Amino acid sequence: MSTLLQVEDLRVSFPTRTGLVQAVRGVSFSLGKERLGIVGESGSGKSQTGRAIMGLTAEHAQITAKKLDFNGIDLLKVSTAERRAMRGKRIAMILQDPKYSLNPVMTIGRQIVEALRAHEPVGGAEARRRALEMLAAVQIRDPERVFNLYPHEVSGGMGQRAMIAMMLVAGPELLIADEPTSALDVTVQLEVLGILNRLVAERGMGLIFVSHDLRLVSSFCDRVIVMYAGRIVEELPASRLTEAEHPYTRGLLNCMPKIGADRHPLPVLDRKPEWAL
Amino acid sequence: MTSALSIDKLRVAFDEFVALKDVSLEVKPGESFGLVGESGSGKSTLLRAVAGLAPVTGGKVEVNGKPLGAKRDKAFYRQVQMVFQDPYGSLHPRQTVDRLLLEPLDIHGFDDTERRIVRALDEVGLGSSFRFRYSHQLSGGQRQRVAIARALILEPSILLLDEPTSALDASVQAEVLNLLEQVRAARKLTFVMVSHDLAVVTHMCDRLMVMQHGREVELLSSADLAARKVNQDYTRSLLTASEGYRRSA
Repeated sequence: MSTLLQVEDLRVSFPTRTGLVQAVRGVSFSLGKERLGIVGESGSGKSQTGRAIMGLTAEHAQITAKKLDFNGIDLLKVSTAERRAMRGKRIAMILQDPKYSLNPVMTIGRQIVEALRAHEPVGGAEARRRALEMLAAVQIRDPERVFNLYPHEVSGGMGQRAMIAMMLVAGPELLIADEPTSALDVTVQLEVLGILNRLVAERGMGLIFVSHDLRLVSSFCDRVIVMYAGRIVEELPASRLTEAEHPYTRGLLNCMPKIGADRHPLPVLDRKPEWAL
Repeated sequence: MTSALSIDKLRVAFDEFVALKDVSLEVKPGESFGLVGESGSGKSTLLRAVAGLAPVTGGKVEVNGKPLGAKRDKAFYRQVQMVFQDPYGSLHPRQTVDRLLLEPLDIHGFDDTERRIVRALDEVGLGSSFRFRYSHQLSGGQRQRVAIARALILEPSILLLDEPTSALDASVQAEVLNLLEQVRAARKLTFVMVSHDLAVVTHMCDRLMVMQHGREVELLSSADLAARKVNQDYTRSLLTASEGYRRSA
């Protein structure tokens, strides 16, 4: 399997009044054309890892890495303009909540067309045709109608499909999905994941799925990285999640209520200071 | 025995949109009752209607056998308190924990406020060191503990819980759920809990109602749900969805 992305010793820190806050502290992994899950709780650095790869870290932050290589391109060395050209075209990102991440004053169709024409010199008619095709690919039944709707006129699930369409229209090689279904209802969640799964497989993309939901990630991805306090504490194939060894992973799996399991009180996570070392 | 909470054909309408369509239910004293459904199912509206926060256009609500009027009085809030979903939005950002806990005591004319505040904080597992902090100095889980302390400080008999843990991390959720169970046992409280998470509701509640489009879909016990003894397809689809994603081969 060819390697798409190589990350070695990635560190992201933010200078604050009280000193340097290290959000990501030495994360290393590599990714091929596969589905990789990054799981952790708030503040674990999972989203900052995704954002650093996408090039969306806040400007005042300090990013260092021994290697941050995407298809032979050193992401730390490329200019802002090159980075901008890559973003959306070669690396794309799906954000959590379509209510906040779509442009509220632009129709869905125009937003998809805009995303496409930012990267490819296509004419208006051609762009429209490709956008409609993409809307159909995310299983929107009536693409012509949805094309002309504003984000507030569609449901959360529909909005998230529109965002997937927008992110995939330029044909990226790597897709980063940051909590793509956390704002959706459970039944809609599965539909959206199904669509994402099919498109990633059909188009041979690499996927990084960032989420707090260990169980969801393990049911969706091939491989899972568990992060705690800015570091990777465990990496394992998703199918062998039940054999996780790190007490944090085990604790995280254990503390969720399960239907049919009568456990009162629930086991709680006993955070050991040495996990964060 | 009179029900702790009795709702008969409750109807809530926002202008022409009917959010809750004639829903009835009975909750026994000391029972823990769950409301499950997706966004727009009316589960939170039902809870808010009981608390007097949604426009009721029809039906009856009785608390401990006493019918409620159009406006909730002070005595009602002594008996019924609510904990909201988002601990970031439900605590006053410019008041200390002490001030937050003092307000309900003040309104209801309690005098031994000092003792009550110390005890309330202690009960939710926050030491007295938290007493003079502002909410932005607390984590999400600590804030929700403060919200629970504020609800309990008036010694109500019924607690309305609107997604009390869905804004929290899984490990913090476990701690807050354990706390809620512990105070329920200690004070013999009645819970009405809203959640979109079937696992959380079956863990916490004895019985539950599945709702969709403002209507009751099914009323069943948690034991039946766990044993997959469900009658409605919608409940079944929720159960399947809660098991996580399955890759179709």
